[in-house]
Amino acid sequence: MTSMGLSRELMAVRVARELQDGMVVNLGIGIPTLVSDFIPAGVTVTFQAENGILGYGATTANEDEIDWDLINAGGQPVTLLPGASFFHSADSFCMIRGAHVDLTVLGALQVSEKGDLANWMVPARGIGSIGGAMDLAVGARRVIIAMEHTTKTGEPRIVKACSYPLTAVGAVDFIVTNLAAIQVTPAGLVLKELAYGVSPEYVQSLTEPVLISAPDLREMDL
Amino acid sequence: MSKVYATAAEAIADVEDGAVIMFGGFGSAGSPTNLILALAEKGTKNITAISNNIGLGDRLDVLCQNKQIRKFIGSFPIRATSQRPDLLYQAYLAGEVEIEVVPQGTMAERIRAGGAGIGGFYTPTGVGTRVAEGKEERILDGVRHLLEFPLKADFAFVKAYRADTVGNLVYRMSTRNFNPIMATAARITIVDVEEIVEPGELDPEAIATPGIYVNRIVKGPKHDLHGFE
Repeated sequence: MTSMGLSRELMAVRVARELQDGMVVNLGIGIPTLVSDFIPAGVTVTFQAENGILGYGATTANEDEIDWDLINAGGQPVTLLPGASFFHSADSFCMIRGAHVDLTVLGALQVSEKGDLANWMVPARGIGSIGGAMDLAVGARRVIIAMEHTTKTGEPRIVKACSYPLTAVGAVDFIVTNLAAIQVTPAGLVLKELAYGVSPEYVQSLTEPVLISAPDLREMDL
Repeated sequence: MSKVYATAAEAIADVEDGAVIMFGGFGSAGSPTNLILALAEKGTKNITAISNNIGLGDRLDVLCQNKQIRKFIGSFPIRATSQRPDLLYQAYLAGEVEIEVVPQGTMAERIRAGGAGIGGFYTPTGVGTRVAEGKEERILDGVRHLLEFPLKADFAFVKAYRADTVGNLVYRMSTRNFNPIMATAARITIVDVEEIVEPGELDPEAIATPGIYVNRIVKGPKHDLHGFE
């Protein structure tokens, strides 16, 4: 595998550029969780955790601050910001499914050229865990995927049709990988940005469907 | 008739083999650990367990270890990676348990519907996925939806922070999660609380579960459990 492209942190930096002032945002587990560390200056967002918190703050490892009654949906202890609220799971998914959450950032195993998402089950395991992913993918107003461009063995994760069990059909709007930023459009996948030192040909060689080059294709600004 | 029981063992004494039980909690937060451990001690078999997760910081893995669970219904039955023994997954591979994986929002709404006397509902969640298999699909307002049915239980095991003796409950921070809706959806709701007070001592504005849903209350120690660890 190549060492070319962005670290997990830099992928989170790029995703964080999509945050806009006033948004309510739900972050999935993995790379998406890191996004909260890179909120752009001047932008205030409210984080929603599907286990029943609106307005949580940073994760904390400080023994004096940790309260295990206050965890995010990834099981990590967090702090609370002024204006936070608690609610039960049906209310939480009223927010999510009811399109009150502006943006969700999720990890993925595969994304198709039509924006289908597969992120809950590795077929070889025979069963998986859905958690909040299906509701978030269907209900959030915008869905961004943050993932490595290929599997550990170099197989494309961006595919013509997902071979892994689907999480949602046509749900993905934008994809950030270690190599590129890609917009899902009705015409197909549009290559918008490239990581430093990565060529469009290289990205295409690791992507199953044909990518459409954006007229303003450029290097990712981090 | 008092709702307050002296011990968890007494509060769950009539939970018989084959019972359908809802367990509140998300990870360790809000999990009714004292009731779970009492159930492990009692040895009730062939349980259908309805819980967001199992063995994910909570102690439901003890019921797995004891082979007390026949069926598990939840959104997060197995871990994404197997860094530590995943008892339910092992039991599943061995053919000892049945697992129904439910999207978390659909699960919450099914429980809410179960408690609210709703016969079913349509949701766009799961359309075009394995979750849709065998379910009625209907286009509403131009969007594909699935028909989902309520979840109900014989018993709900709930964890709250404080209760008064008539069963009003107050939760603490993210421990609320599935607890208030599960309290509505079972024939008998049993609550594991940290403190029991007299009526009038809880702020009526802060009560998240009114006492009408609560049958039994038992005070127990708080366990030192850590998120998903």
